[in-house]
Amino acid sequence: MQVVYTITLGMVTAAGLLTLVRVVRGPTELDRVVALDVLVVLILTAVTVEVARLDEGFNLALLGSVALLGFLGAATAARLVELRGLPGPGPRRPGPDQ
Amino acid sequence: MSGLVADVATSVLMLGGAAFCVLGAWGLLRFPDVPARLQAATKPQTIGLLAILAGAALRTDPRYASGLVLVGLFQLVTAPVLAQRISRAAHRTGYLRRDLLLADELADGLPNTADTDETGDVHPADPAATDAGEDAAADADASDEEPPH
Repeated sequence: MQVVYTITLGMVTAAGLLTLVRVVRGPTELDRVVALDVLVVLILTAVTVEVARLDEGFNLALLGSVALLGFLGAATAARLVELRGLPGPGPRRPGPDQ
Repeated sequence: MSGLVADVATSVLMLGGAAFCVLGAWGLLRFPDVPARLQAATKPQTIGLLAILAGAALRTDPRYASGLVLVGLFQLVTAPVLAQRISRAAHRTGYLRRDLLLADELADGLPNTADTDETGDVHPADPAATDAGEDAAADADASDEEPPH
């Protein structure tokens, strides 16, 4: 089983490197937000493999916290890009909720 | 679950989930604009995470498996919300390639799309753009006069 865990972690690491390339190269901020959200999911995946490998539950709180933080961070960043990216002078337009 | 069956199931789920993760990251690298990259960023990543969570839940103690199930449910709930927020932001700020769109159902539905983006392109909902744009804007105005409820 150690071989399976090692191969899985290697593939997840490769996926993380590909995602980092998109973070660096991404032409817009939204591309980087998407790529960073994918990176958070990949971190969740790697920690899950560690939970299975060690058969210990002390990383479960880390899993929940990172999932929550990733969601809140990406949603906030998308909102900020949306507000700042609107062209034109004057006060900012109201959001879609109003 | 007995040892060998759990081992095989965990191996298949973890390797398959890792393959989905790599495919999602590869699509993130290859696809041309933000909505297409969201496609690669949400679905294969969520499937990969769920498969690896299932594999880990088969291997570990059952009291840890409940926490893993919770993480999977949370990801299932939040990934569509994020994709909707980011794609809406991309549409509103013009960070998408309109020549790749087959249909733009938000063209006259969002109040902010009548703006011009950074490149100076006039969006189809702009009243002064084209005749079709005028029709779309007229439709939007007509629908705006009715109360939404």
